[in-house]
Amino acid sequence: MANVHTEHGNGQLPQYPEKATLEGRNKILAFWLFLGGEAVLFGTLFATFLTLRNQTNEGPTAAELFSLPLTAAATFILLVSSLTSVFAIQALHRHKVKELITWLIVTVLLGIGFLALEIYEFYEYMHLENFGMTTSAFSSAFYTLVGFHGAHVAFGVLWIGVLIGQLYKKGLTVVTAPKIYVSAMYWHFIDVVWVFIFTVVYLLGKVG
Amino acid sequence: MAHAHSVKRYKGLMDWLTTVDHKKIAILYLLSGGLFFAIGGFEAILIRLQLIKPMNDMLEAQTFNELITMHGTTMIFLGVMPIVFALMNAIIPLQIGARDVAFPFLNSLGFWTFLFGGILLNLSWVMGGAPDAGWTSYTPLSSTMYSPSHGVDFYTVGLQIAGLGTLIGGLNFLATIITMRAPGMSYMRMPMFTWASFVTSAMILFAFPAITVGLVLLTFDRVLGANFFNVDGGGNPVLWQHIFWIFGHPEVYILILPAFGIISEVIPTFARKRLFGYSSMVFATILIAFLGFMVWAHHMFTTGLGPVANALFSISTMLIAVPTGIKIFNWLFTMWGGQVKFNTANLFAVGFIPTFTMGGVTGVMLASAPADFQFHDTYFVVAHFHYVIVGGMVFGLLSGLHYWWPKMFGRVLNETLGKWTFWTFAIGFHMTFFVQHFLGLMGMQRRVFTYLPNQGFDTMNLVSTVGAFLMGVGIIFFTINIIKSFMQPKGCANDPWEDGRTLEWTIPSPPPEYNFKQIPLVRGLDAYWKEKAAGNTEMTPAEPIGPIHMPSPTIIPFVMSVGIFIAGLGLMFSGEEFSSSFMSFIFNNWIVCGLGLLITFGSMLMRSLFDDHGWHIEPEEFEEEGYKHG
Repeated sequence: MANVHTEHGNGQLPQYPEKATLEGRNKILAFWLFLGGEAVLFGTLFATFLTLRNQTNEGPTAAELFSLPLTAAATFILLVSSLTSVFAIQALHRHKVKELITWLIVTVLLGIGFLALEIYEFYEYMHLENFGMTTSAFSSAFYTLVGFHGAHVAFGVLWIGVLIGQLYKKGLTVVTAPKIYVSAMYWHFIDVVWVFIFTVVYLLGKVG
Repeated sequence: MAHAHSVKRYKGLMDWLTTVDHKKIAILYLLSGGLFFAIGGFEAILIRLQLIKPMNDMLEAQTFNELITMHGTTMIFLGVMPIVFALMNAIIPLQIGARDVAFPFLNSLGFWTFLFGGILLNLSWVMGGAPDAGWTSYTPLSSTMYSPSHGVDFYTVGLQIAGLGTLIGGLNFLATIITMRAPGMSYMRMPMFTWASFVTSAMILFAFPAITVGLVLLTFDRVLGANFFNVDGGGNPVLWQHIFWIFGHPEVYILILPAFGIISEVIPTFARKRLFGYSSMVFATILIAFLGFMVWAHHMFTTGLGPVANALFSISTMLIAVPTGIKIFNWLFTMWGGQVKFNTANLFAVGFIPTFTMGGVTGVMLASAPADFQFHDTYFVVAHFHYVIVGGMVFGLLSGLHYWWPKMFGRVLNETLGKWTFWTFAIGFHMTFFVQHFLGLMGMQRRVFTYLPNQGFDTMNLVSTVGAFLMGVGIIFFTINIIKSFMQPKGCANDPWEDGRTLEWTIPSPPPEYNFKQIPLVRGLDAYWKEKAAGNTEMTPAEPIGPIHMPSPTIIPFVMSVGIFIAGLGLMFSGEEFSSSFMSFIFNNWIVCGLGLLITFGSMLMRSLFDDHGWHIEPEEFEEEGYKHG
């Protein structure tokens, strides 16, 4: 554990600052493991949704409810945010702090955009279509799966927001770099989950 | 290099609330696990007292249902799992030659969330009734229609919080074992207990998220009126069974694998022989874990999944007998030709083998789907799972506790009392559960609160109850032994068994805060034994003496867990009509729940904003810390 404080050493940031310390490497490894657990979590939610997606209990069906242009726009926004997150990590590896912060801000804004569309979508279903949590087994499964994902996006937005603040205050160090890196892993993960949601929930819902 | 970061060091209670030291967290796990184990044991005694004679009216049916539910839930989630975590925490960093786990902060967080989850669950006894739908909480029995009290809410929310702690713990051990091994300790040189804990942690990581979702769905059904398991709204009750057992079956291997690991440490030590078939042991452990994920529907043979599903799950279940058999024979061959010493730790380990094998044999019988239609929901099943969980798991834990007690506390347990513990517990155990096989085959249903006389059940139930008391006596002997051990001074030898094979026996008992003054160099399997065989008295260090970096103590994990606890209560009572309008206001408007979450996420934010630089122990301080040379 003697290499914890390398950042004090010569003032030079290593090329991969996120992996420069044992703490950083542990964090990244553990985060991969955590995402494995998250995959099981969403897997179970998907299984539940697939079991119940036709149990509409005389309420609205998926085909009646979903509007593909809206969800396609949400998908596009989230996919682009993954790309901007990659740009952020590339800036991190080039030690360009300003560029890093800029791309993180863009990522967060896109995340907020996605959330706004989702809230609008949920609002519309609940108030215009009378499609609430208690309507049917399909509605319960829909709100739980998509809501879990939405909560993950919201957490990610807050998390990356906090990290942007830390970058301003503390700069890019071997302590902040692993945090940025794992938040980017998280962001890509929830993006991948959304791709599955778009396919399994919306596209499959439209074709019946 | 050494930075004098000032760090506040706490004393007394605050020390325990803020500690991030894996050895202290182990003691916390052991204390709270022991407490819940005692509660669960007391519930078991009440259950057996009610069943001591036919048509007994000591307990009401409702109370009995609450007792069986809480006995199962408490023992599995709050009793034996934390004791496993206690041993894992106390021993794994020492066995791999590390100074702590990968994430000391998360270690503390995992403990406190587990504890607050357990407290929440047990609060149900005094807050309007315990859960009463069985530890499996099958729907629709656990729906608001058939369980209108808050009992099942305590179950869902309490287990959710405790489960979070377990998940965090598992993740931490995985990372610890992957990255923190001492130089030279390759995967195939890891002690078997570390291997078993490694595989167990992987199972926790992939099994617990399933129950997380299951509990969320049941909570949503009960609190928000969702329709997952509500047939009226299009829901599907069988879905709960699937989700529960996709978690629940791996869970039983999560329980038993660490016991396998303990037995694999104790038997070679007291046979003075290397573990027979180490690599096949590792392979068998991994195979059991792998197969453990694809057998869940054998709990559901009578649900009506059809002959094809039943046949497949029947075969996959029977397959597990193969790696388990490999283990049994490896233990026997380890003892074969060894100089076997039968002290308490080894008695429990050796006693484990036939007991667990009997549980395994009834397991194969139950795996046969047609036969299971007869066994299902009878005392035969109760006998089976107590043979594997008590005869396997608890024997293993008692073996491990006797074996590692000197390392954890610096005091050896008394052998005479230990032998009394073993014989009363083992005889009591077989008295309690052996007869239950026959009760089940004769048709006695599980979970019934009483039975009619003259069905041939009476004598065997009496024997079973007497046996349960005998097991209780065994645990009392163990408790006396513990108390006696604390009345003697600390400071037994580094290697009190004199035949220690692994790294934990190379350092003082109990170890200093930093475990290893110098991280050791590992030159083979059974690293310490290898050095002994080469004529060395201590390990070759892999690093020069220098300042040791330590993590700072912190109260944040405790506060975070309090927050989750408050949020859980807020969620459970969000729809409650209170007599006081203030209470209704803060609960029905989700203020309590929100406040709890605010505390938790606020603490998380604090943790993120303020870096923990830790502190250093300087070489001059080693002597004061009680490090004895040689």
